[in-house]
Amino acid sequence: MGWLDTIVQGLLLGGLYALFATGLSLIFGVMRIVNLAHGDFSILAAFLAVVLVDALALHWLLALALVVPLMALLGYLLQRLVLNRLLGRGILPPILVTFGLSIIIQNALLETFSADSRRLNPGGIDTASLALGGGLAVGWFSLITLLVAVLVLTGLQLFIGRTRRGRAFRATADDQATAALMGIDDRGLYALAMALSLGIVAVAGVFLGIRTTFAFSSGPDRLLFAFEAVIIGGLGSLWGTLVGGAILGVAQTVGAKLSPGWGILTGHLVFLGVLLIRPQGLFARQRRLD
Amino acid sequence: MATHAYRVQRTTHASRVGLGVAILALPALITLPAWGDPASMRRLVEFIALLVLAQMWNLLAGYAGLLSIGQQAYVGLGGYALIVLADDLGVDPFLSVPLAGLIAMAIALPTAALVFRFQGGYFAVGTWAVAEVFRLLVANTGALGRGTGRTLKAVFPLARETRELVTYDIALALAVAALVGIYAFLRARFGLGLMAVRDSEAASQTLGVDVFRTKLIVYLLAAFGTGATGAVIYLNLLRISPDAAFSINWTASTIFIVVIGGIGTLEGPLVGAVVFFVLRELLADYGAWYMILLGALAVSVMLAYPQGLWGLIAERWDVHVFPVQRRLRIDDAPRP
Repeated sequence: MGWLDTIVQGLLLGGLYALFATGLSLIFGVMRIVNLAHGDFSILAAFLAVVLVDALALHWLLALALVVPLMALLGYLLQRLVLNRLLGRGILPPILVTFGLSIIIQNALLETFSADSRRLNPGGIDTASLALGGGLAVGWFSLITLLVAVLVLTGLQLFIGRTRRGRAFRATADDQATAALMGIDDRGLYALAMALSLGIVAVAGVFLGIRTTFAFSSGPDRLLFAFEAVIIGGLGSLWGTLVGGAILGVAQTVGAKLSPGWGILTGHLVFLGVLLIRPQGLFARQRRLD
Repeated sequence: MATHAYRVQRTTHASRVGLGVAILALPALITLPAWGDPASMRRLVEFIALLVLAQMWNLLAGYAGLLSIGQQAYVGLGGYALIVLADDLGVDPFLSVPLAGLIAMAIALPTAALVFRFQGGYFAVGTWAVAEVFRLLVANTGALGRGTGRTLKAVFPLARETRELVTYDIALALAVAALVGIYAFLRARFGLGLMAVRDSEAASQTLGVDVFRTKLIVYLLAAFGTGATGAVIYLNLLRISPDAAFSINWTASTIFIVVIGGIGTLEGPLVGAVVFFVLRELLADYGAWYMILLGALAVSVMLAYPQGLWGLIAERWDVHVFPVQRRLRIDDAPRP
């Protein structure tokens, strides 16, 4: 593989990382909380898809169509039944509760699916590639992932920027107390945001499962990559997460090419470098949601 | 104008009883090697290690509001510092324990420069990311045995009994130092400032508390305590690997102990550590279910009784074994 190829693969990997990062960024933007189980929910979605594809012999797209609403429903219930009860008690309770959920999900996956690595079998699409000439080829699936990431970001931006409900999101993100005084049901809004977040991260989890192997303990790494993409891109910038994801992806593929053990480490180091030089990220906005 | 006679109370009945119990229990613990069996000694070292980790995390999160999910970094760094000091540099392995704490503290200083750029939830994930960086750096270093890790060889010439005895003594000394140290620290002027910062950063700043400096000192102290504990853990285990030493499970167990016992009190981690150990013994045959149950318990406590088990006890009976607050007692009869 040449250097150009390495960089192209890294850029495409950024599409997947943006899918992981979007939900995390949305939740932080609206509620100011970080869902530490974010990565574990994506792995849960990937395992659910594996069950549907392997046991029921469903097409992976059909499995995706079932897993996404299921995870969204789970997100809605999580917010309504658990996290909304912690509102107004500071940042400590939601962080500790989502951390507890992260450990519970990981160990429940370990008990249910053993410690073995799994992979989703999408029937050929994971290996098909498009030749770009000059010996350069990109996987169709990577292109689809990037396209889906762009579609999700566009959809989310239109939803937040153009709809009545989106305006309520922005108002609550800016000033929850005043928004509530204006009659906005913030608890319902938070539940919707968590449903959206887990729905999107379910897409990311299924795509991850097609792209590579995963195991019960793969969640925390996904959370860290998502977090790093958000910070590199700049807090509150939806499109920034795509750029952040691409930078992280390139750092990882270039690092792995230099030395096999250095892929993920290089990604982390680039993240720390950005943090040191430009702590507000590359595309930080004043407004948290845009 | 009539004034009331008042006094500031800093001890409680329970604290005096607690001191008495401690004075009675300490000789029993010190002489345990003479009358106990090696298995219970090793178990006590494990218990003490978790207790000190919990006290350190409680100091960070419960008193300074620093929600670190990356304290496993200092467990791992302390453990590896022990191996390098004792095996490669020929330092006495037991003397290496406090030195490992100092090394962890020295690494914590530049780390703080990075992670202190984050607030709240992002501080939590940021510290986690930094812990992963340390794990991967160690796993990629040939001298540290890469992914397979290393074995502490410096203690091989020692008789097994000697090693276990000294390890136990060091662990006990660490636990006493941590508990007495944190208690004294919180009762001193610094502790007052620290609790003011926890309750309101803005208000404490206007009263002249240096918020950044206060938090930094706590972060460094916690790194020292956690690093020294990491060294004790691997003096006990002898075999270290990056995945085990930098495992998130150290922090997960620690957080569950503190949350279940009661965050922001000195008694809480003690109660939590006992609950943790009893549950672990009871559920030893059920594998991962143990962590699931603990996690569920911690989440339920956070939802229903955020003050934890000790908080419930303290509220019900007004007991404070380690009173760090000052209480104003106003006598009934007004003075002319």
